[in-house]
Amino acid sequence: MATTDTNQAGGGPLPASVTPTTDPGPAAASRRKVHPPRSMAARIGLGGVLTIISAAFLYPLAWLVAASLKPRGEVFDNALIPRTFSPQNYVEVWNQLPLVNWVINSFLIAVIAATLVTFSSAMVAFGFAYFRFPGRNFLFGLVLATMMLPGAVTMVPQYLIWKNLGVLGTWIPLFGMNLFGSAFYIFLQRQFFLGLPKELFEAARIDGASYFGLFRRIAMPLSIPSLVVIFIFEFQASWNNLQSALIYLNAGSVEGFTAPLGIAYAMTKYSPTNGGQGDYQYVMVATLLITLPMLLLFAFGQRHFIDGVATEGRKG
Amino acid sequence: MEEKASVKVTSSKEVRRRERHRYNRREALAGYLFISPWIIGFLVFMLGAMAYSLVISFSRYSLATNVAKPAGTANYQLLFQDPKVAASLANTLFYAVMAVPLEICVALSLALLLNRVVHGAGFFRTVYYLPKMTPSVATAAVFLLLLNGNTGAINQALAFFGISGPQWLIDPAWVKPSIVLMTLWGVSGTMVIFLAALKSVPRELYEVASLDGAGPVRKFFSITVPMISGAIFFNVIVLTIAALQVFDQAYLLFWRDQTSASPEASLFYGIYLFQQAFREFNFGFASAMAWVLFVLILLISLVQVRIGNRFVYYESEKR
Repeated sequence: MATTDTNQAGGGPLPASVTPTTDPGPAAASRRKVHPPRSMAARIGLGGVLTIISAAFLYPLAWLVAASLKPRGEVFDNALIPRTFSPQNYVEVWNQLPLVNWVINSFLIAVIAATLVTFSSAMVAFGFAYFRFPGRNFLFGLVLATMMLPGAVTMVPQYLIWKNLGVLGTWIPLFGMNLFGSAFYIFLQRQFFLGLPKELFEAARIDGASYFGLFRRIAMPLSIPSLVVIFIFEFQASWNNLQSALIYLNAGSVEGFTAPLGIAYAMTKYSPTNGGQGDYQYVMVATLLITLPMLLLFAFGQRHFIDGVATEGRKG
Repeated sequence: MEEKASVKVTSSKEVRRRERHRYNRREALAGYLFISPWIIGFLVFMLGAMAYSLVISFSRYSLATNVAKPAGTANYQLLFQDPKVAASLANTLFYAVMAVPLEICVALSLALLLNRVVHGAGFFRTVYYLPKMTPSVATAAVFLLLLNGNTGAINQALAFFGISGPQWLIDPAWVKPSIVLMTLWGVSGTMVIFLAALKSVPRELYEVASLDGAGPVRKFFSITVPMISGAIFFNVIVLTIAALQVFDQAYLLFWRDQTSASPEASLFYGIYLFQQAFREFNFGFASAMAWVLFVLILLISLVQVRIGNRFVYYESEKR
């Protein structure tokens, strides 16, 4: 169903950050030029518009920080600087909600999920990049086609598979799929492997390295930049995953929740329609605390995220 | 044109024939071993799961006994009679028709603006990207309060301009626009794809067009749009598939505790499917719903590909 041309995918462009060659060449340099507005007034106007849009994008986050510092009655006053500072929210929230458990659960699940998918995807990608075997292009086309498969279709049978394997109530359903590689990461990592110099592998073969030795001792150590990209992408996806947690953890104890499931629980717990006191400041503190790790991740890996997403657009 | 195509086919066939001779058995075996994790995952968790789901959709599945009894087309008959299925489908399509064009327009406008900036483009891009890093539950938790009809910041801002804002999360007419608004806040992923496409449009095209006396509007429609049509096409397909499966925001704003302030307007297909599967444990019915959604997405994608093929310009055609 996806319009995937396997031949074309082989020569597809790479995100700048994961391209082994760093010199973009003169052609790329001339392409990168933009044509700026000519007059000073137009430039200032453009800057002004962009700044106003920035404010719109930043406002909800600024609001969140402010609300997390307000006492209960003032959360809804919408002041960006709290009239009454209530830093004790940050102390009290730990008594109100099992936030430590949620963050630890989410962190461990995300680390396991990201580690598994990084290694499995790299292995599969190496298979597609280095070896020639019958049906390779067809199978790689199939890998790309699965990216278009709506998750809703496999949601129920996957649940039943995990149930029949007797692992419901454990964390396995939350990252078990990652053992088998993930289409986009396989695509990304294959592109990277294809960019590595062939001579390295030939030399190692002559020195008697096994196929797995090529993967482990040459391909993987040289691929750390792109492996990091896959790791942080999957870490983010896992950290934000609400639906799987709803399916597999919702029936368990509140302490066993992940951070997104915990926030959903807190949103209901404090809602006045459910008999809560409207202590939304605690929800805001918890929300801010689970958002910060993602913003930190972005601060470190900004280029990876943006280039990675741009690559996603080019493979289509 | 046709001649060229036929030449291409024979040459690639030749290459393939030559390659087949060069397959080394040990190498091929190693290749299969390396990709075996994906093959197992594909066979079990995708192909197998889809077949399983198809069987269950024609069965009455009992969770207690773990037995699927054949039930013919009963689930599908129930599904087509269920007014909630029809309502949730209508809501979902309505949402998609509103969200996708808006996302495309906003993302493309932002990308066009950013593409003109000389200094500080990186700064603005970072700022615009922050919402994309915010977990969906965090977005929902904040917008739940921002969209509050009485005290929320959005209605207070509207009041400043003398507009009396709606009850976003209660009024059935405003439920879907609320979710669209949240989606637009995180539109930067789409924007980044457009920005990358814009950067790859050769500048010479604009220079030539300027010499021919084309204005900015003409240049946009005659150069920019055709040159980035591949990215537009990709974004439309991906955003449509995502919109038809909308779940997180709707669940968090309206269905956290199984009840909603306006159940008719906020019941989306993904929500109803989830409720049927994991709250009612009607796996047969839910699987039938999933297959209807799958076929629907497939049909919509095919129509989009058909339309797309007419106007999408692929760079590789030049080669």
